[in-house]
Amino acid sequence: MLGADEIAHLITFIAAASLLLIAVLLVFQLWVHSSEARAKFGWHFFATTTWDPVSGDFGALPFIYGTLVTSAVALVIAIPLGVGAAIFLAELAPPKLSSSLTFVSDLLAAVPSVIYGLLGVFLLVPVMRTTIQPALKKYLGFLPLFKGPAYGIGFLTAGIVLAIMVVPFVLSVSREVLLAVPRDQREAALALGATKWESTWKVVVPAARIGIFGSVFLALARALGETMAVTMVVGNNPKIAASLFSPGYSIAAVLANEFSEATGNLYLSALIELGLVLFLLTFVLNGLARLLILITTARGSGVLPS
Amino acid sequence: MNIRLVWRKSLNIFMLSLTGLCALLTVSALFFILGYLVWNGGKDLSWSFFTHLPAPVGEEGGGMANAILGTLKLLLLAALFGVPIGLLGGVYLAEFGGRTVPFLVRYTADLLNGVPSIVIGIFAYALVVMPMHHFSTLAGGIALAIMVIPTVLRNTESFLRDVPRALREGSFALGANKWRMIATVVLPAASRGILTGVLLALARVAGETAPLLFTAFGNRYWSPGWMQPTSSLPVVIYTYATGPYEDWHRQAWAAGLVLLGLVLLTNILVRAFLSRGSSYERA
Repeated sequence: MLGADEIAHLITFIAAASLLLIAVLLVFQLWVHSSEARAKFGWHFFATTTWDPVSGDFGALPFIYGTLVTSAVALVIAIPLGVGAAIFLAELAPPKLSSSLTFVSDLLAAVPSVIYGLLGVFLLVPVMRTTIQPALKKYLGFLPLFKGPAYGIGFLTAGIVLAIMVVPFVLSVSREVLLAVPRDQREAALALGATKWESTWKVVVPAARIGIFGSVFLALARALGETMAVTMVVGNNPKIAASLFSPGYSIAAVLANEFSEATGNLYLSALIELGLVLFLLTFVLNGLARLLILITTARGSGVLPS
Repeated sequence: MNIRLVWRKSLNIFMLSLTGLCALLTVSALFFILGYLVWNGGKDLSWSFFTHLPAPVGEEGGGMANAILGTLKLLLLAALFGVPIGLLGGVYLAEFGGRTVPFLVRYTADLLNGVPSIVIGIFAYALVVMPMHHFSTLAGGIALAIMVIPTVLRNTESFLRDVPRALREGSFALGANKWRMIATVVLPAASRGILTGVLLALARVAGETAPLLFTAFGNRYWSPGWMQPTSSLPVVIYTYATGPYEDWHRQAWAAGLVLLGLVLLTNILVRAFLSRGSSYERA
């Protein structure tokens, strides 16, 4: 006969364990339902660029390329912006201003991605086509990155939208790890005659750098898996091009566009294998990010050899 | 020597202003987004937007009553499936857990939290849509529930852990057994924080589009019961914004404003509510 405490223990244990079950089932389903594509294409799946549902020939390379390129563009923009803002909030702003600005940044993180997509389609794409892309072409056109016709849509536009979406993540985590650096460190630097900026840049930021890397990985994992905003502005064209002006595709975007219309088991299983790839990518990055953040905040002292 | 000092001081001012500019740029994005949506979507919001079905393609007017109801139904399912599991799981981690299982569950929750929402959509598709052979509200609700569980679980655990030891010991001293202590002392003391976590998790999934695309799918009409495909606000915004009609674009803006208003309002109210302090501090 079970007592009341044992019953409560059992019920809550079942709830907690069901989370483990969900995770195992998730990996299992992705693995099983992608078996047909895995058997047919093997590692070749990651090396070919054809995506032809009619003849049943599927290669993932253009999608992986697009996912990586758009995320890279996003990070190039979001890291300086997010870390800069975090330095301001952690080191300069008075506590009241800092906490209200952090609140706004948290709200920004809560904006649904389809809203970013909406603004991307109707606001950013025309501006890119008529103003930003021609200007980039004029001044930086000698680089292979900024060549070709300005369509408005493409890798660059998707990267910019992603950047705006991930800045709040870089900001909030970086701010926290900066605040975890002990006060004595700053005061010691200032006492030695360093300016505020020198104490921040040469003492505080290096002490928090592992945690800042963590925030970057976290942002990268978000950017890789982001679906709607990218789907709406990336151009949805499976090709690999050096130019950031070129329309492209990403893993999440092809899933959003083709999954519900996929006919035939092979087609569906190729799409699910793409989902598996996306899952594994974000899994590894998230694990790494959490480890890095844990290291910086757990050391507490934040004192690292630099 | 003097020139070097001037250089260091100007660099100091320049870089510090630059960080201020970064902060300004980031936070102004929110006000810009909000303002742009109000400006573009506000004029197309009318009473019929909330009460009418979408007009046939090519006809002006019509509303999104079915999408609004669809979103509410999906959220209800997400709360129904997701909240109890998350809540009880959180209680286990904070009150009963040993060493290995809580570590595993915590790690898995963080992992699931980071899984791209489109992958959750594939999972719900394989789990519900494939065996049933058609899209349904149920499948969409389950996809959203899977996204709600890890957030609620982690949040519940952390608020339960914040409940002071003295409260537990007081309850034991009065002769309560463990489950009575949890149900009548610890949970009520943490209730405000737990509710905050639940509402924020629901506000987050309310705006999710990707996991609904091939689970709840879409529907131009009312969706009776729980086994039919249903329309939802985020999916309608996506379909209308990428569609070819001018009238659809206007409706997408209006729907975007409604969705953003809903999500931001929930966030602001809930966070203000939490910042008033935990319930046990006032008692």
